[in-house]
Amino acid sequence: MNTLNLGLTLGPLQFFWPREQVMQFYRAAVELPLDTIYLGEVVCGRRQQLRTQDWIELAQELSLAGKRCVLSAQALIESESDLKRLRKLIDNGQVGIEANDLGAAKLARDSQVPFVAGPYLNIYNAETLALFQRLGAYRWLPPLEMTRDTLSEIIAQGVAVETEVFAWGKLPLAFSSRCFTARHYNLSKDSCEFRCLEHADGMLLSTRENQEFLTINGIQTMSAECQSLLPHLADMAQIGVSAVRISPQSEGVAEIVRAFADEIAGNHCDSQRLNHLQQLAGGSWVDGYWRGQAGIVHLQEAEYART
Amino acid sequence: MTATHTLPELVCPAGSLPALKAAVDNGADTVYLGLKDATNARNFAGLNFDDKSASEGIRYAHDRKRKILMAINTYAQGADISRWKRAVDHAADLGVDAVILADLGLMDYAVKHHPELRLHLSVQGSATHYEAINLARDLFGIRRAVLPRVLTLDQVKHVIEHTEVEIEVFGFGSLCVMVEGRCLLSSYATGESPNTHGVCSPARFVRWEHGEKQLNARLNDILIDQYGKDEAAGYPTLCKGRFAVGGETYYALEEPTSLNILSMLPELISIGVSAIKVEGRQRSPAYVAQVTRTLREALDAARDAQRFSVRPSWQTALDKVSEGHQQTLGAYNRPWK
Repeated sequence: MNTLNLGLTLGPLQFFWPREQVMQFYRAAVELPLDTIYLGEVVCGRRQQLRTQDWIELAQELSLAGKRCVLSAQALIESESDLKRLRKLIDNGQVGIEANDLGAAKLARDSQVPFVAGPYLNIYNAETLALFQRLGAYRWLPPLEMTRDTLSEIIAQGVAVETEVFAWGKLPLAFSSRCFTARHYNLSKDSCEFRCLEHADGMLLSTRENQEFLTINGIQTMSAECQSLLPHLADMAQIGVSAVRISPQSEGVAEIVRAFADEIAGNHCDSQRLNHLQQLAGGSWVDGYWRGQAGIVHLQEAEYART
Repeated sequence: MTATHTLPELVCPAGSLPALKAAVDNGADTVYLGLKDATNARNFAGLNFDDKSASEGIRYAHDRKRKILMAINTYAQGADISRWKRAVDHAADLGVDAVILADLGLMDYAVKHHPELRLHLSVQGSATHYEAINLARDLFGIRRAVLPRVLTLDQVKHVIEHTEVEIEVFGFGSLCVMVEGRCLLSSYATGESPNTHGVCSPARFVRWEHGEKQLNARLNDILIDQYGKDEAAGYPTLCKGRFAVGGETYYALEEPTSLNILSMLPELISIGVSAIKVEGRQRSPAYVAQVTRTLREALDAARDAQRFSVRPSWQTALDKVSEGHQQTLGAYNRPWK
């Protein structure tokens, strides 16, 4: 039974949930075998069930409960009010941040706040990674589309930054200034009636042949299917990945986190548990990006059985 | 009293030497181009420049006092990024007037090895506000940034007021609905994206299926759109297909449409935009000629903001070359969002 040297983290919430649901979710997360919890609104500045100050206070509360917390910055910054919230987040004085655009990296550097370089910073090679390290990054997430082989080559170049990989969840694939949820309801973004609240895991977008393709989540477009890199954890540890990230969803996060934690501890999931996880993934799961293919390519469960 | 503003530079695309000449001959101040490989974000078969055509193009432009920019705006991939570095070296040797880069590591290389080379931050760099732009200014002394097509006119103005870096905006061409540099939809469906391969919805994955009643447009087998017999079919760019959401089938992300800022030209000039860019290195010399000529005329007319109005002949000319024959002001106009 080999224990893998991998940390387990809970990524920032991508969806818009009522305040009470958010609070319950994180109070439950404290009890889970997680090293780090990322908090904050990363998608849309109009989502204010928790304001910036609330996120900062929640981070402090969870820190007191013994969890390492990181505040994740909004990925698409457009207006001065977005910037104002970003500055407040970065200058919170206690908790580290995840920079999700160049502006957040700049402000973190200016304030000398060490940061996690988030998956949207477009770091595709070791020289760019080293540059972000000089700006203050102590950890990075490769772009979601990066293949295992490219990642392995970059880690092998030895930049002293920890690597965290997005290992579970619908893939946040794209950002727009347009809100696709508002568009669906024929509403404008500025008077969107906060319809995202009605879709705890986003809205399914299917092809006209009923293939589940994408998920609409406000200004964000995600994969419809869930990525799971559960079968690849041993390989990740071997190439030098430091931690793996679980992305929040409305149901089943505790079971998912425990399955990953068991796997990291060397206890393989049996087929019954795998079936259950697959249900929590929404029926099917993908891992194409990791294996150098289109991201939508389905996970090879046979491969898991072999490991 | 008429305020006098310097006219923005008109920056036009060239995917070939004939297109470059068409741009110059029809009034482009500046032409941008890329090399024949995955170092640029329009890496399409049969397109772009080799040494010989690039040298000839640069000479053609410089003889006529116009500028050439080279786009090296994919992200350098993996352990060996020498191909991207060589492209930068190459651009410097050829004597281009600036390089358009997205990858900060590559910018770092360019500054160290070619301190005289003028740097523009590509739209693929996803810098949507002045703090992001000013980071690249602090680190590399960039002289210009191309803004992603996500900001309203007021937001563009706000950026200009908070940085000395010149601001270039898109004026006409195919519309990206997503933030450039932050869209992985293409690699999710096909394995190849703008960031990694310089392509979006690549042609080699496109398949047309002619049925009895309809025409299917697929991208790597995924059904992007379906056309009736009488419907005009468009290229299956995956964000511009018709999909089902909540029981309705519609253009869930964006219609096939082109950006056209003609009606906003006086405002763009008055807020101090330094350059207006035309999209379309993948388009024909005839497209480049048509769009360049039209925008040249419009820009010259917009010197006199008071009397400016969009001439029907401009609109007709641009309509012919627009995607789906539709045009929009995009994010510049808030309701689009």
